[in-house]
Amino acid sequence: MKGNNKVLLEIVGLRKTYGARPVLDDINLSIHKGEVVVVLGSSGCGKSTLLRCLNGLESIQGGDIKLSGKSLTDKNVNWQEVRQQIGMVFQNYDLFPHMTVMENILLGPSKVQKRAEKEVMEQASQLLDRVGLLNRKDDYPRQLSGGQKQRIAIVRALCMNPEIMLFDEVTAALDPEMVREVLDVILGLAKQGMTMVIVTHEMGFAKAVADCIVFIDAGKICEIAEPDEFFSNPKTERARQFLNIFQY
Amino acid sequence: MLSSGINVLFEGSNMQRLLGGLLITAQIAFISIIISSLLGIVVGLMMTLKSRVLQFVFRFYLEAFRIIPILVWLFFVYFGVTNMLDIHLDGEIVAVVVFSLWGAAEMGDIVRGALESLPKHQMESGKALGLSFWQLYRFVLIPQAVRRMLPGAINLSTRMVKTTSLVVMIGVIDVVKVGQQIIERSIIDFPAASFWIYGLIFILYFIICYPLSILSKKMEMKWES
Ligand SMILES: Nc1ncnc2c1ncn2[C@@H]1O[C@H](COP(=O)(O)OP(=O)(O)OP(=O)(O)O)[C@@H](O)[C@H]1O
Ligand SMILES: [Mg+2]
Repeated sequence: MKGNNKVLLEIVGLRKTYGARPVLDDINLSIHKGEVVVVLGSSGCGKSTLLRCLNGLESIQGGDIKLSGKSLTDKNVNWQEVRQQIGMVFQNYDLFPHMTVMENILLGPSKVQKRAEKEVMEQASQLLDRVGLLNRKDDYPRQLSGGQKQRIAIVRALCMNPEIMLFDEVTAALDPEMVREVLDVILGLAKQGMTMVIVTHEMGFAKAVADCIVFIDAGKICEIAEPDEFFSNPKTERARQFLNIFQY
Repeated sequence: MLSSGINVLFEGSNMQRLLGGLLITAQIAFISIIISSLLGIVVGLMMTLKSRVLQFVFRFYLEAFRIIPILVWLFFVYFGVTNMLDIHLDGEIVAVVVFSLWGAAEMGDIVRGALESLPKHQMESGKALGLSFWQLYRFVLIPQAVRRMLPGAINLSTRMVKTTSLVVMIGVIDVVKVGQQIIERSIIDFPAASFWIYGLIFILYFIICYPLSILSKKMEMKWES
């Protein structure tokens, strides 16, 4: 299926250390265009760090990351350009509090990509409408609920027209009632064929959205499997233990 | 007797001279505050960069102004430096230089504190959008820091206005000096001259500084709503 598409992001032997302590070790992963990869693993295993390495928020100590075939460890890599192609949404609501919803969304496209305001505004309105928040476009972040803020953060990243989106536990800080509305937006993106890497602790969602599950344990990839197989019949003992925690 | 003394304010060109002195005071303070704010942003920004050398240099710079009295700085530049370089500098210029350097150091520290108090993920989400270093500061960090540093900056500004009274010591005729001159000359005719002259100066300082604190309150309220 999606394996036939071309490889968009390729991680080869990636190694990340803090001081002498390895946090990620020999990570190998190919993400195809249109593929949804869900990264699972217990707290502290290195999931966030992996995502942060992918868009240069963390330096890496070994291996390589290639975006559309171009190495991101190259000395001349222009991160501003790369980051336009990699959208990221974090766990904490990271909207800029001094700007309205619309200003938040326009900042990147108009200042970084130098696109015409009118055109961006149209796209922003469409995206806002799709997440059901067009009527909040002139509000400030503090006037919004957590779930609304996260949906805006997703729109803000999407408005840059990225090739791939990274989501780091975007519902972890949310009230349970609001988790659904955010996950629905991400599910919608998956249906449209957006390439995504998603870190989550919502197992039901992972199963529903993923084309591929990557299970990380202590900084190493322990298992890569299709979701049905991973959840019904995990191959490794560590994955079995991990899944048991969620079974109540 | 006191009530008759009030006339000293309107004798001859007394009022005009006092206001002229006030203008000098306000000029020195105003120019110094503007320069301090601009330099302060640069200093504060550099202090947040993780360079140990820069941090050490600016720390030293700030402490130099905190430990050594401003009066000594004024004397040092007005008499010492000019003597050493064999140039003459106007007292007003020296005052602006010293106050600006002092203000920039203090303002830098205020800006640094405000920038460092911003949550780290503000910077990261800006970076993740592809903003350049300057765009990040210009659109995301500085506008948020300004709100946090406003109370400190206004407080510093009023301190600077008040400290301008030291400039008499390097020969600048500011409002306090004009007041003294008038009192010396009128004391025979108006025994209560000091009360009225200093009373007026008292009010004049209040008039300069009070709008600043009103301004800061207004801005804070506007940003809170
Ligand atoms: N700046 C840092 N300095 C030192 N160690 C760090 C730093 N950031 C993260 N770590 C360590 O790296 C490891 C991986 O952290 P990471 O945040 O990637 O975990 P995670 O899988 O995202 O966990 P969680 O599910 O709790 O978010 C942890 O053991 C953490 O303590
Ligand atoms: Mg994490």
